[in-house]
Amino acid sequence: MNKMNTKLKLSKTAKSNAITYLMVIVVYLIVQILLAGGHVSSLMEGLLVPLCIYVMLAVSLNLTVGILGELSLGHAGFMCVGAFSGAFFSKCVQGAMPDGIRFFLALVLGAVVAGIFGILIGIPVLRLKGDYLAIVTLAFGEIIKNLVNVLYIGRDSDGFHFSMKDSISLHLKEDGEVLINGAQGITGTPHDAGFTVGIILILLSLFIILNLVHSRDGRAIMSIRDNRIAAESVGINITKYKLMAFSISASIAGVAGVLYAHNLSTLTALPKNFGYNMSIMILVFVVLGGIGNIRGSILSAVILTLLPELLRGLSDYRMLIYAVVLIVMMLFNWSPKAIEWKERIKEKYFSGFQKKAVAEASAVKTEKKEVK
Amino acid sequence: MALLEVKNLTISFGGLRAVDDFQLTIKKGQLYGLIGPNGAGKTTVFNLLTGVYKPDEGIIRLEDKDITGLKTIEINKAGIARTFQNIRLFKELSVLDNVKVGLHNSYPYHTLEGIFRLPGYYRMEKEMNEKAMELLKVFDLDQEADYLAANLPYGKQRKLEIARALATDPKLLLLDEPAAGMNPNETGELMDTIRFVRKEFDMTVLLIEHDMKLVSGICEELTVLNFGRILTQGKTADVLNDPQVITAYLGE
Repeated sequence: MNKMNTKLKLSKTAKSNAITYLMVIVVYLIVQILLAGGHVSSLMEGLLVPLCIYVMLAVSLNLTVGILGELSLGHAGFMCVGAFSGAFFSKCVQGAMPDGIRFFLALVLGAVVAGIFGILIGIPVLRLKGDYLAIVTLAFGEIIKNLVNVLYIGRDSDGFHFSMKDSISLHLKEDGEVLINGAQGITGTPHDAGFTVGIILILLSLFIILNLVHSRDGRAIMSIRDNRIAAESVGINITKYKLMAFSISASIAGVAGVLYAHNLSTLTALPKNFGYNMSIMILVFVVLGGIGNIRGSILSAVILTLLPELLRGLSDYRMLIYAVVLIVMMLFNWSPKAIEWKERIKEKYFSGFQKKAVAEASAVKTEKKEVK
Repeated sequence: MALLEVKNLTISFGGLRAVDDFQLTIKKGQLYGLIGPNGAGKTTVFNLLTGVYKPDEGIIRLEDKDITGLKTIEINKAGIARTFQNIRLFKELSVLDNVKVGLHNSYPYHTLEGIFRLPGYYRMEKEMNEKAMELLKVFDLDQEADYLAANLPYGKQRKLEIARALATDPKLLLLDEPAAGMNPNETGELMDTIRFVRKEFDMTVLLIEHDMKLVSGICEELTVLNFGRILTQGKTADVLNDPQVITAYLGE
């Protein structure tokens, strides 16, 4: 009986995870075949890497919003940190090591730096709850973006120079080079990002998040979401697990940032790419895909990125569409009628499985009794 | 030897002395009741014992170890687990996972073992599943192991909360109105369960309850609180026949 039930449980989550991985791999293969056949327009081809980036951002934000249950509006800030630290590293060591290794190290560095920022920001911010937390994370995201905009770092034979004023006050020698030039950002980042790398990183993010969620630590994180006081009463360290979820989420956003930086020749921190608009867009992906539903995040990120491109003429109304979609989804998620409808659908298609499982379980039980 | 020893416990909220000079000694294996009219400070005592509030004065000792002022997590690790008056389950987790959260600190495999699915993960998860199912069976919840906790009927939610508390392997179990909202049948069943838990797990239980049938049925000793102060303490039969107690409950 024991074994029966636990096995059932394990296989159910394992199956669901496998479907998610498989979905990504199948899409990858289809796109590769289309690319090889030359059926993809250059516009769509250019969208492939951004798609990977959005998927990673959506999946990682879902860890904070869905699994930890805290509304964060500063996700683009962590992406920004990752992008700049990764690009800065690549710029510094360009030519000093093979491209593959350099890019790999840049990704690791982006993850680590964004993770550290996640912890630093998380310590004060995670003491807050709900809307307060959302507002403060929004502020932190903007602070990061604005700080990067006034950051000047140069290098000459003396070593690194640093300023928050302008590039002249770096006092570089003749052989010097400005690496990060304030609002102009970083230019000449090597173009390492590709669709294959993006898919590998998505799979890695999924691997980390899904396995985390279905382990001891994931349960602890979700228990905090469901009832903080009860979690504390059974000995769950609230601060530790909140920070863990928040920093892992930030790390993956950082990796997405590195990918972003290595997909463009010029990296600048604009309101468009690292501002709150971006953070909210990622949140829309998460909300639309279903809070806490990792697979849904992937789907909604892909659909919502492709849709405006397919309706190119409406592209100016993109944010308007997002706003409307967000409102509609909120209504859909909360209105009693919609919930009732969802329950009915669930019952219709999934109750059979559950009933069968219970029947099997009780069958095993009676069998065991007879043996006794 | 006394398992729990509380002396001079006092806490004020603003000008209100919610608990005033509270004393309690519970021996190992006892079933102890804490009763009193609404607002007498019973739940505040629980919150003081579990570190939700820090007492202004007083000492709490568990097995001669001073646990006064420790954090909730540390007190749980020291050996006190509790349930809540208004049920606090992890509603979006399965019944099994609720108990497994309770087992969290007993099976400490590392985060990386979990993420990379190293052998430690499989070994400990298997042990956790077995242990959790064992506990669920005690409370007759094993059939519902895969259900979401939110979908359980009320009486079973109460039971699951006790199972979760027991999963932390406590020395002392605090039950805050376990029979609240139960019909007489369910209350009777609950009494059997509490007796069984005490025997099976060698548990000491302190419970708050309004249901006098349950209190007189299973508690060996009682403390009566009224307006934050101890009205009387002693053997159940004596306490319940005390005219002071009857006055406190029924009025003059």
